[in-house]
Amino acid sequence: MSNLLTWKEVPKGAFLEKPGNAADYETGDWRSIKPVWIAENCIQCFRCWVYCPDAAIMTKDKKMIGIDYKHCKGCGICANECPAKPKALEMINESDSGDN
Amino acid sequence: MANLKQLSQQEEFFTPGHRMCAGCVAPVVVRQVSMAAGDTPVVIANATGCLEVASTIFPYTAWRAPWIHNAFENASATLSGVETAYRALKKQGKIDKKVKFIAFGGDGGTYDIGFQSLSGAMERGHDIVYICYDNGAYMNTGIQRSSATPQFADTTTSPAGSVIPGKIQWRKDLTAIMAAHNVPYVAQVAPSHFNDLITKVQKAIAVDGPAFINAMAPCPRGWRYDTREGIEMTRLAVETCYWPLYEVEDGQWKLTYKPREKKPLTEWIKKQGRFRHLFTDENKELLEQFQQRVDEEWEKLLRRCGEM
Ligand SMILES: Cc1ncc(C[n+]2csc(CCOP(=O)(O)OP(=O)(O)O)c2C)c(N)n1
Ligand code: SF4
Ligand code: SF4
Repeated sequence: MSNLLTWKEVPKGAFLEKPGNAADYETGDWRSIKPVWIAENCIQCFRCWVYCPDAAIMTKDKKMIGIDYKHCKGCGICANECPAKPKALEMINESDSGDN
Repeated sequence: MANLKQLSQQEEFFTPGHRMCAGCVAPVVVRQVSMAAGDTPVVIANATGCLEVASTIFPYTAWRAPWIHNAFENASATLSGVETAYRALKKQGKIDKKVKFIAFGGDGGTYDIGFQSLSGAMERGHDIVYICYDNGAYMNTGIQRSSATPQFADTTTSPAGSVIPGKIQWRKDLTAIMAAHNVPYVAQVAPSHFNDLITKVQKAIAVDGPAFINAMAPCPRGWRYDTREGIEMTRLAVETCYWPLYEVEDGQWKLTYKPREKKPLTEWIKKQGRFRHLFTDENKELLEQFQQRVDEEWEKLLRRCGEM
């Protein structure tokens, strides 16, 4: 669950002090299926990165390094578009992920 | 040619944590526009619609750039004003930074209700880039037909049934109408073809004067397809020639991508619930009519682009 602000924490006068603060809001709990990255299959083509609606593919120094589960909504676009053979992204049911 | 690895090192002006539906393709368009803009300082205006509503739920904003929302019908007028103020400040020597201005609007906010303000901004020659994310209906209020909705699509205000077979009219060709404004740059894009999209947005930003870009942005709720196929959806729209990729630069029409083999229209529409009623025996004729019109429009475009 994202942390909801209390009435005392909500900024006064509808003023937002931090541009892009939506990044602090976690949409990961929307997921019912989740992408799993299989690093050894990855060809580092960045297709998943360029197509993710939620900027939830993490990269560092020009390398795909994994998935930001705090924001990934589980749409499955990345796994669908991954051209690696065998695929480097696979969708699994959240309930099978052993996380909860 | 867009180098994705290079682009991944820039900060984007649109963050995760926005509340667009899972699999919505509009944020993919916005992200790719951001990749194209790179570190150019931009001011963004947003028409009312899913993108505006779901990116700025108080007390959050998904925008890292200066952003303004005014109303549904006047994103272009609003941005014209901002751009004019910038020019005035520049003339007075109060600002020396080079700033670019980008508007985003849905198809309802662009083809219909924002149409006259868009037309006016283009005619007056403001240095703005208007980007329509065309999801083919008024999605934010629950899938009402717009003038961008494809013929025969089932929407809540063009319900397919015994009275009508979905939307009756053919869609408005807004990209061509914008080209008729004789502005320096007009293009049609799809996020599946990200190289094409990024190159065109870079051209649009570089141009001194108005530019218009029409981007197909599928909506899994309104089109009724599996969320994982959002990008496949625009790829098929391009491959079937329903949504051709082209640009009009200083009046010159140019096809920027020609499918190797034109796919039958059914490959695109059979994946979408909004066209399901077309696959019955009694509607077979409509399906043929649909394909025929796509063929005609495609040939018209090929002629305009000097390809036949
Ligand atoms: C003048 C006015 N009329 C109606 C509305 C209600 N309204 C809000 S969003 C919306 C639909 C927007 O559709 P579109 O521009 O296609 O963008 P989408 O939601 O599909 O992204 C409507 C009708 C409004 N905000 N202002
Ligand atoms: S499942 Fe969707 S939201 Fe999650 S990383 Fe893949 S493309 Fe992004
Ligand atoms: S799309 Fe697949 S192969 Fe390409 S970078 Fe992503 S995980 Fe790797």
